[in-house]
Amino acid sequence: MPKDNGIGASPKRREDVRFLSGTGNYTDDIQVNGQAYVHFLRSDLAHAKINGINLDAALAMPGVIKIFTGTDFEGVGGIPCGWQVTDRHGEPMQEPAHPVLAQGKVRYVGDQIAAVVAETLEQARDAAEAIDVDLEELPAVVDMKAALADGATKVHDDLTSNLCYDWGFVEENKPAVDAAFEAAAHVTTLELRNNRLVANPMEPRVAIGDFNRATGDSTLYTTSQNPHVIRLLMGAFVLGIPEHKLRVVAPDVGGGFGTKIFHYAEEAFCTFAAKALNRAVKWTSTRSEAFISDAHGRDHVTKIELALDAENNFTAVRTDTHANMGAYLSTFAPSVPTWLHGTLMAGNYKTPLIYVNVKAVFTNTVPVDAYRGAGRPEATFQLERVVDKAARELGVDPIALRRQNFITEFPYATPVAVEYDTGDYHGTMDVLEKMADLSGFEARRKASEAKGKLRGFGVNCYIEACGIAPSNLVGQLGARAGLYESATVRVNATGGLVVMTGSHSHGQGHETSFPQVIAEMIGIDESMVEIVHGDTANTPMGMGTYGSRSIAVGGSAMVRATEKIIAKAKKIAAHLMEAADADIELKDGAFSVAGTDKSVAWGDVTLAAYVPHNYPLEDIEPGLEETAFYDPANFTYPSGAYACEVEVDPDTGKVTIEAFNAADDFGNIINPMIVDGQVHGGIGQGIGQALLENAAYDENGQLLSASYMDYAMPRASDVPFYGVDHSSQTPCTHNPLGVKGCGEAGAIGSPPAVINAVVDALRSGGHDIHHIDMPVSPSRVWQAMNG
Amino acid sequence: MYNFDFEKPSTIADAVSALGSEDAQALGGGQTLLPTMKQRLASPSKLVSLNGIAEMQGICTGDDGALCIGGATTHAAVAAGAGVYPGLAGLAAGIGDPAVRARGTIGGSLANNDPSACYPAGALASGATFVTNAREIAADDYFQGMFTTALDEGEILTEVRFPVPEASNYQKFEQPASRFALVGVFVAKYADGVRVAVTGASEEGVFRWTEAETALSGNFSADAIADMAPGADGMISDLHGTAAYRAHLVGVLTRRAVTAAG
Ligand SMILES: Cc1cc2nc3c(=O)[nH]c(=O)nc-3n(C[C@H](O)[C@H](O)[C@H](O)COP(=O)(O)OP(=O)(O)OC[C@H]3O[C@@H](n4cnc5c(N)ncnc54)[C@H](O)[C@@H]3O)c2cc1C
Repeated sequence: MPKDNGIGASPKRREDVRFLSGTGNYTDDIQVNGQAYVHFLRSDLAHAKINGINLDAALAMPGVIKIFTGTDFEGVGGIPCGWQVTDRHGEPMQEPAHPVLAQGKVRYVGDQIAAVVAETLEQARDAAEAIDVDLEELPAVVDMKAALADGATKVHDDLTSNLCYDWGFVEENKPAVDAAFEAAAHVTTLELRNNRLVANPMEPRVAIGDFNRATGDSTLYTTSQNPHVIRLLMGAFVLGIPEHKLRVVAPDVGGGFGTKIFHYAEEAFCTFAAKALNRAVKWTSTRSEAFISDAHGRDHVTKIELALDAENNFTAVRTDTHANMGAYLSTFAPSVPTWLHGTLMAGNYKTPLIYVNVKAVFTNTVPVDAYRGAGRPEATFQLERVVDKAARELGVDPIALRRQNFITEFPYATPVAVEYDTGDYHGTMDVLEKMADLSGFEARRKASEAKGKLRGFGVNCYIEACGIAPSNLVGQLGARAGLYESATVRVNATGGLVVMTGSHSHGQGHETSFPQVIAEMIGIDESMVEIVHGDTANTPMGMGTYGSRSIAVGGSAMVRATEKIIAKAKKIAAHLMEAADADIELKDGAFSVAGTDKSVAWGDVTLAAYVPHNYPLEDIEPGLEETAFYDPANFTYPSGAYACEVEVDPDTGKVTIEAFNAADDFGNIINPMIVDGQVHGGIGQGIGQALLENAAYDENGQLLSASYMDYAMPRASDVPFYGVDHSSQTPCTHNPLGVKGCGEAGAIGSPPAVINAVVDALRSGGHDIHHIDMPVSPSRVWQAMNG
Repeated sequence: MYNFDFEKPSTIADAVSALGSEDAQALGGGQTLLPTMKQRLASPSKLVSLNGIAEMQGICTGDDGALCIGGATTHAAVAAGAGVYPGLAGLAAGIGDPAVRARGTIGGSLANNDPSACYPAGALASGATFVTNAREIAADDYFQGMFTTALDEGEILTEVRFPVPEASNYQKFEQPASRFALVGVFVAKYADGVRVAVTGASEEGVFRWTEAETALSGNFSADAIADMAPGADGMISDLHGTAAYRAHLVGVLTRRAVTAAG
């Protein structure tokens, strides 16, 4: 019998009732009395000098309250970067200034030149059209390698070049890695691009700044995955507002996928303008604006080499990556191609020697930052592609080659600085082989051939580091923040609980899964627990939701706080039953004295805590409310094996996904239905990256795919029904729930399986093809077959 | 969107006079025009909706057997009601999504003449007659390049008459993002010959592939055009496909259309 309550049950998501019935409260639903509207005039050139801005005509337009330009932000802080990477030579990265509104120059199509605040949005837009900007076009820097050439135009004149950093990892390993390549029996080399993506959450970004003249308090309502982080970054670095005078609210948020982690100029602008004008100021991004102002994802160009000995053991991996930063450093941009990418290059394999070189490059494009998986998909893609290519070159089975090189003993310290606590890579591969019906593949291939189609099978493994992250470790790696999480558990007099969590739910289902944990711990019904999140005024300082960290880190904080609650409640129960604390047991929502039939209900104890007439006031305080902060001891390491089966139409090059199976090890699982959903969504995005999505710039820095007319999102008919299995479970050893996190796995693990399958299909048709860059659109596949 | 006036006349004559004022524009289903206005790329002073004109709605069969479709008839209505001309009904059923088909009209599509739109291929391959408030225009004279037609300013497409072929089929290869035609080919077989019209491919907009027409008129089978494809010169080259790829697809889709037409 599946459970219907607590850990392991699959109750339907309670938040979906409001999302599906139109009663959610998204940022754009918030109307602040007297709010004005801002429209940003954005650059339509990728790189230009601002010779002058004439506002006269615009200021005379109806409804205009004020027009801000870069000069209004002189003396105000810039948008900060939250991570400082140190390069191969021990020098800090180059870090350009990032003004709220452009000063002197615009650096990408979408850069904010001016902000028009007016009584209505249409009036603001009308006035923006009347602004006369004298832009002197400069050559645009778009291609990363050209950006690093001698004499290249500089994106930032005050930096020495367009190189943000040249990172080597682990630098001391380099000579040994090079020597291993000299000694190798076989070397497989692959050059590839990890395509640039636009995150495209269903809800575009929104910001409302508000100012209370009576108290001098500022409030920002924003579409954020981490309101406390925004409060800290914007308050401390941009606007100089201390936390106690600044409240940040991120109410219902319609998807984030990473792009709503970062602190954006529009948030700082609205908060600043509200105070300057003594009026609330609202900005709602259009979809077109989102394409050129939300941080993009991925965009790596990589050469990877794999060295093998004569027995096909992996002996070394060496990579050379150019990572696009765009025009400015977004909040966590420098960490993505380094600490979230280089540390994953061991994958599931016991390769003893690894060297990763990453050159981060400034270009005249939208800033690039974390997108679902962030660095780990890039690592997984190149590694799993090169392993597949090696198998083909050596004429061995790709699964057998992987199995031969699997890590099998845990804990395992990789040569790239992380220690995997648990895992069972053969276990997930065993599950996958059954799910994917490998033995039936040849028959399916024949059936496809009979229809004139080429069929291919692709497999890959993945490992990810999530549940981020130990604060002292990330501090050493350059993070300018801690990565703990927090929870306050408040028990009410009649026994219900409210959990105020620093995690933020923007589609993940915390409001359903977090109560399951508490219900399990106390033995009460989930409906007695409510989750509060997203408002700095009523949640403890927390770092928010990304990096598959909510249940592993935020859930652990909640467990710790609940343990404190239970410990105190037992003392109260002991007093009520005149027994010793140590003899009290909590089960099914009742406290009993071991070895007796004495018992008091959960609700009697909680009532006593708030009506302390018969209460040990000399020993403990009244009330039942506890806070815990949890700082993880290590990352968590979910892993898995994925398989994809495709058909390719050789006449048109069109690829269709016929089957996709995922065998994951997420450790313990709180709500299997939610985990399935997270995996489905992740695979959907991975298939999107592999087949469809492409943020492409032309040589002038114009985004060619700047709307849904040209940017292809995956739709229901592009994806198959997925097979998802998470029965292979090796619980995490260092958090109280034994959980690992499942939010990003699908997006990390799926692109290589798709491309491996496409290459397999084409090779079965006699085409000598080793790689096609993503997205493998029909035209690219046809080109590869006929090129 | 800029401000505009709105009129919804019930006769063609009233529509024509409403369109006489400066910068007035006809409104069909708004599936192209309204997004353009929202982007502030179009700023008509007045929209004249054609949806209230009864005589521009619906499908009937003319005395000569032609299928007559009112200019304000929606794609959904054609998909459901043009059963005597399966190729055309199939084309209409494949445009956009249900919401688009419920609003978008044949007149709007043909007046707009988007180089990736479906209807232009169907109308040109059918040798349709374009009836306006002022005259009749033959399909071969109507299409004049991307987004350009023989219509004059303020002229309303009131009806399109499609001779019904013996066999027909439309093959659309979708552009992955917009799902308009990356290339679309309409094949129509009439007693006096085969017509093949191609959309999505050429920088000149919809065109007739006469080489294939000749071959197919002699032998209506895919084999007749086995290795044939038009030249890549003048084909569109963009993010979604090179000129050579589009030229290749024209051949593939034409063969598929012939086979499907049976
Ligand atoms: C999401 C989406 C997907 C789409 N997919 C496809 C597709 O796959 N294939 C495809 O072919 N199309 C597609 N379209 C376009 C769709 O078919 C439109 O309906 C069509 O192009 C325009 O028709 P409309 O009635 O909406 O015209 P409107 O947008 O109202 O008008 C378009 C133009 O035609 C003029 N006009 C309108 N009616 C007349 C008339 N009777 N006489 C003279 N001028 C007139 C207007 O003044 C305007 O200039 C898609 C549109 C959308 C929004």
